[in-house]
Amino acid sequence: MTVIPLRSSVPARLLITGVALADGTTTDIFVDHEVFADPADAPDDVERIDGTGLVALPGLVDPHVHLREPGREDAETIRTGTAAAARGGFTAVQAMANTTPVTDTADVAREVAGIAAEQGACEVVVCGAITKGLAGEQLAELGLIHRATGTQCFSDDGMCVADPQVMRRAFEYVRAFDGVLAQHAQDPRLAGPDACCHEGEVSGKLGLGGWPVAAETTIVARDVELAALTGARYHVCHVSARETLDVIRAAKARGVRITAEATPHHLLLTTDLLTGYDTTFKVNPPLRTAEHVEALRQAVADGTVDMIATDHAPHAPQDKDHAFVDARPGMVGLEQSLAVVVDTLLTPGLLDWEGVADRMSYAPAKLLGLAGQGRPVAPGEPANLCLVDPSARRTVDPADTASLSRNNPYAGRDLPDPVRLTVCRGHVTYRR
Amino acid sequence: MGVGTEDPLPEEQRTDVTPREVMDADEISRAVVRMAHQVLENDHDAEKLMVIGIPTRGVPLARRLAAAMEQIEGRAFPVGELDITFYRDDLRHQPTRTVGPTRLPAPIDDAVVVLVDDVLYSGRTASAALEALRDIGRPRAVRLAVLVDRGHRQLPISADVVGKDLPTAAAESVRLRLQETDGVTGVTIARAERES
Amino acid sequence: MRHLLSTADLARDEAESILDLAEEMKKVQSRRVKKLPALRGRTIVNLFFEDSTRTRSSFEIAGKWLSADVINVSAKGSSVSKGESLRDTVLTLSAMGIDAMVIRHPASGAPAQAAGWTNACVVNAGDGTHEHPTQALLDAFTLRRHFRAATGDPEADWSGRTVAIVGDVTHSRVARSNVLLLETLGAEVVLVAPPTLMPSGVGTWSCRTSNDLDAVLPEVDAVMMLRVQRERMHGGYFPTPREYTVGYGLTRDRLALLPEHAAILHPGPMNRGLEISADAADAATSRVLDQVAAGVAIRMSVLYHLLGGDEKIDATSLIGTKGQTA
Repeated sequence: MTVIPLRSSVPARLLITGVALADGTTTDIFVDHEVFADPADAPDDVERIDGTGLVALPGLVDPHVHLREPGREDAETIRTGTAAAARGGFTAVQAMANTTPVTDTADVAREVAGIAAEQGACEVVVCGAITKGLAGEQLAELGLIHRATGTQCFSDDGMCVADPQVMRRAFEYVRAFDGVLAQHAQDPRLAGPDACCHEGEVSGKLGLGGWPVAAETTIVARDVELAALTGARYHVCHVSARETLDVIRAAKARGVRITAEATPHHLLLTTDLLTGYDTTFKVNPPLRTAEHVEALRQAVADGTVDMIATDHAPHAPQDKDHAFVDARPGMVGLEQSLAVVVDTLLTPGLLDWEGVADRMSYAPAKLLGLAGQGRPVAPGEPANLCLVDPSARRTVDPADTASLSRNNPYAGRDLPDPVRLTVCRGHVTYRR
Repeated sequence: MGVGTEDPLPEEQRTDVTPREVMDADEISRAVVRMAHQVLENDHDAEKLMVIGIPTRGVPLARRLAAAMEQIEGRAFPVGELDITFYRDDLRHQPTRTVGPTRLPAPIDDAVVVLVDDVLYSGRTASAALEALRDIGRPRAVRLAVLVDRGHRQLPISADVVGKDLPTAAAESVRLRLQETDGVTGVTIARAERES
Repeated sequence: MRHLLSTADLARDEAESILDLAEEMKKVQSRRVKKLPALRGRTIVNLFFEDSTRTRSSFEIAGKWLSADVINVSAKGSSVSKGESLRDTVLTLSAMGIDAMVIRHPASGAPAQAAGWTNACVVNAGDGTHEHPTQALLDAFTLRRHFRAATGDPEADWSGRTVAIVGDVTHSRVARSNVLLLETLGAEVVLVAPPTLMPSGVGTWSCRTSNDLDAVLPEVDAVMMLRVQRERMHGGYFPTPREYTVGYGLTRDRLALLPEHAAILHPGPMNRGLEISADAADAATSRVLDQVAAGVAIRMSVLYHLLGGDEKIDATSLIGTKGQTA
């Protein structure tokens, strides 16, 4: 299996026969360079793939990944992170702004976009910071970043924009180009630097700083009012708690322009995994209890949560091999995202393949304003494809990855192994 | 724990093949009386004479010996017990051993201490007991009284008072049972075979 | 027993065995020669990421009186800021071939993490707001002696005994270890604290909880007062020290509510006048100094239980020491 940067390959011609689409119909698919074409037009000598038993999803889109470049190229680079994305079936990702330097100027945004164009194995949207240095005080160069890269999405992810006045101004400002603010909702007083474990039975027993649900819910509730006040678009990053889902549900009912994402790890893993103080399971917001996991699955199913986002957060060992409270939060996720969605949502019947395509492709592409992504697999559409074998499974080996990092919370778990082939704008970026 | 029997094999690894009784209850009683006479003869002038048993079976044996001495002399002799676990030279080659109590009836300084054990074999137990005593105080003299001396010494140790000399082969095991600890009294000898 | 990370790791017979052996160790301390040859040739590292003269020196003396070689490593200050990870620190010391690592760390879980990185035995000497198992063992040792002396029954055990633990339970590693150990031993535990200082999820613990110290005191056999850390006084957990004392301090007036036989404990150092009055600290039933005096014996017992044998040979638990207290 190989992953090839877009720039170093040429668009392919492929005929996939007898494959199921997300809506359940069976068809042939002809990848004709950068677009899907009528299979009847496929020449006889084109490469053929037997798609029997497979499902053709549109290329997946991840609105929330950390590629660590520039600054921490020992943990991940744009090349390796997008390679991991390709292995996960993704054809586009949004790279968060908490790099070193922070993407709070047009220059940094251009640099990241430039490296991505050169070395990326998928499309990369460069997320701009909301505030300078993610400090939550002064606005970053929102307009210049938008002009430089076309990005509409801004986030201080990793840090919460806690000051309501700063958040209000940012909302108002990005309305000029219909931008969206993606909030890492964590009240820094209710969940401070020592907060590293869902506040509850486990945090009390382990003596770890509690991260209460209310620290997320109150920020989202406040931001909903600011979004309503300003008429701007609001996106909730990695929603983790049942109570926050209620706030989002109510906001949607009122017509507030709000979207939300959930991570695979919050859909599968629970706080009791922290019992051995394994820092692989340290993530922010923290893993919560089974009730929250269940509520989150239901919310993805009923559309309260619009999309799946990995919050792929690679870390070098030296950033994880500390006492629990001192270790960096975050876990990788790109290569297991679809696998977790299959096990937690598709197999239990909460989503069908069309639902998976929506939550993992259509909805995030819409959020990011990506015209060429999140389109159906049909003649005339851009050739972005994730070909899935729904029956394959394997035990997750953290070393078997395109990422530079090994902080994989699914290590040793038996999970689906769905991705057979990824095609991005006609380039075969991954196949096995 | 069978610390008193200087058997190289732990009890659970030992298979007694046709154990043969070499001393019965009466013979043991007579031997203890004989030993009491010898102890008193050796140290008849000692002002402080105490009888200290080495666990496990040295302890009831010490009580028997002291009782026999009281019968003869018409006065009571203080009895105690001395745990030697920490002083064993094979501590690191065993699972962590249970530590028994050390009860001394009086300070041992300037006393004549009669150490009592059931079977004298390699001499390592007696040697450890001497070391343990040295950390506790400075007796005027230390005597060693054993019910059975079966030979095969590995250290320059000899007993002052012996109930019975019993020539044995190294592959044999000698076992004392006492009413107080085992419900029956007798000394048996058997071929010991390691279980594979 | 491979490590001592939490008192939850101790079965009742193991805990009793540690207490019993500590009685023997206590007797050794009254001897002229206090050294036992039990751990000759063993090497113990005291790895302290946080200052604690009392705990460190009692581990050091315990190791030395068992004839082990004891090395103190002070790793104070954040290892994160020095650039060395906890794992590297542990691996470096392990590579020197040590037998045991006694770890004090300001972060919860650090000794448990270390145990996964080293072949040495790890003893938790206090980790963050998690546990402090040897403190709980010495508290239990002190209490057992107190109960036995008070009743005149040398075999008196824990059934029917109630122990109140009062104060900042949330941030107390002593409290967590004590709750787990006392319940293993068969005692009943009542936690008394203002709601702000009660751990999250305490409702799922098997002990009782109360916010009313006056109601609890008359029914206890012992009361353990926890230290109020200075940083909590200004952390908004309670309005003023004065209000804390009135609500949760063992004041002179409250002493009268305690049954006559009830023991008073405090892990130290005490804030006299805050969580404990001078009258209580110096009362005839105060066992505070006994707690301090038990520290070395308990740690000797723990170190012997961990290092006394060859752990590669089927490590049996140290049971069968019944009736060995003289």
